[in-house]
Amino acid sequence: MNFTLCIWRQKDARSPGRMMTYDAKDVSPDMSFLEMLDVLNEKLIGSNDEPIAFDSDCREGICGTCSMMINGIAHGPRRGTTTCQLYMRHFKNGDILRIEPWRNKAFPVIKDLVVDRTALDRIVQSGGFISTRAGSAPEANGILVSKFDADSAMDAAACIGCGACVAACPNGSAALFTGAKLTHLALMPQGQPERSRRAIKMVTAMDQADFGNCTMHRECEAVCPAEISVTVIVQMNWEFLRASFLEREIITPSVSQSEIKTLPRSNDATT
Amino acid sequence: MNKIAIRSKTATRVGAGSVGFLGVFYRSTVGKKIIMAVTGAIGVGFVIVHLSLNLLAYAGASSMNDVDRLLKSTGGWLWLARAVLITAVVVHVIIAWQLLRTSRASRPVDYQHWEPVGSTFASRTMRWTGVMLLLFIPLHVLHLASGTLHPDFVADDVYHNVVSAFRVWYVSALYILAMGILGLHVFHGSWSMFQSVGFNHPRYRGWIRHLATLVTLVVVLGFISIPIAVLLGILS
Repeated sequence: MNFTLCIWRQKDARSPGRMMTYDAKDVSPDMSFLEMLDVLNEKLIGSNDEPIAFDSDCREGICGTCSMMINGIAHGPRRGTTTCQLYMRHFKNGDILRIEPWRNKAFPVIKDLVVDRTALDRIVQSGGFISTRAGSAPEANGILVSKFDADSAMDAAACIGCGACVAACPNGSAALFTGAKLTHLALMPQGQPERSRRAIKMVTAMDQADFGNCTMHRECEAVCPAEISVTVIVQMNWEFLRASFLEREIITPSVSQSEIKTLPRSNDATT
Repeated sequence: MNKIAIRSKTATRVGAGSVGFLGVFYRSTVGKKIIMAVTGAIGVGFVIVHLSLNLLAYAGASSMNDVDRLLKSTGGWLWLARAVLITAVVVHVIIAWQLLRTSRASRPVDYQHWEPVGSTFASRTMRWTGVMLLLFIPLHVLHLASGTLHPDFVADDVYHNVVSAFRVWYVSALYILAMGILGLHVFHGSWSMFQSVGFNHPRYRGWIRHLATLVTLVVVLGFISIPIAVLLGILS
């Protein structure tokens, strides 16, 4: 198979980028999208050109590292699929493939297709955890959870943190990501002690990280490789409303100067 | 240097707990969306009440004018309702503007190519339909409420004013177009307002989309039936 690739090339965070055109010839239909780029990179290295920088790790769809917009859709045209699990047979011979990095103020481009997604880590660091008894593993049935809640929490916990939801959102909102993390913990008994605190802290952290706001376009749900439903956003809204007005304790997100400094700003990673 | 500036700005925005819980709520995008939902719900409620009064036209001139007189005789209550409605619209517009700026700022470099795969035409045009409604409302008030723009306005004869206005085909066309725009706005709004306030019961959430479709159809078809009926000579 032969393809024409238009790929965003950007030397570093400070340089302006532009689309460059490459030809991918004799591509095997059984290559993954990333393998096709690997072959292109070998060719670029062979001719002393700079290879295309892109993120990848497990290449089996579970780590959430690969991240690119393919023909205007995060992770490409197949639903419930990461870029690494997208195969060239899913395209037509002769297709033009436009490849761009995730675009968001909170996701600055490091190089070419690689972006810094530390902003998502900052949201999790602000409250995406539980307090638990340390020591040996507890008895599995020590705390009983209804099947329905366990399943719903598990659906939310399927989030791999790739950031496709943010990339696809016309508003650049991280509501699906934050909602998934909040829903996952709010539905479990282990998540109750910090439930309200977590909602306030994580929503505030999300807003501070320069993400946009959710207007329920549902683009995130359509591109999510873990197929997480927008109901997690609805759950997030409820958690926030509940924490703001129904919780007995008044919770205000006071983030101290020192706390902010321990979390690296996106610019730091590039230097 | 730049980094320090960003940090100090973030720190002041957080305000280290000085703003209280209402401040935290108002400053967050989730809180703002809840305010959008509540003010939007007031708007949808008004539209439904407005429609039910319009449909009185089919019961004849006297019943429509009687209800109009009854409403005006409540005096202060009518103005209280108007105040609530105007406040809701103003707050709705201000917060929409704030949220639009937040969203625009979050994507300083746009995609060269972006393909919609989950959104609807109604959701993507919310801001545009909102602006168009904002232009339509004063026009409509000056036309059929105060009569300033009405060439044949008779005070306290609502039925006459409506029928004589809609006999002009381009006035009817403008109103029909405006109601189509209202329909798009109400369709996405009446669905997403439930999402914004966190209505997430698995048993009922599937019905919200159907409810939004029903409300939209009733509102649009109900409103445009009147200019169409006038043009067809059913109302005269």
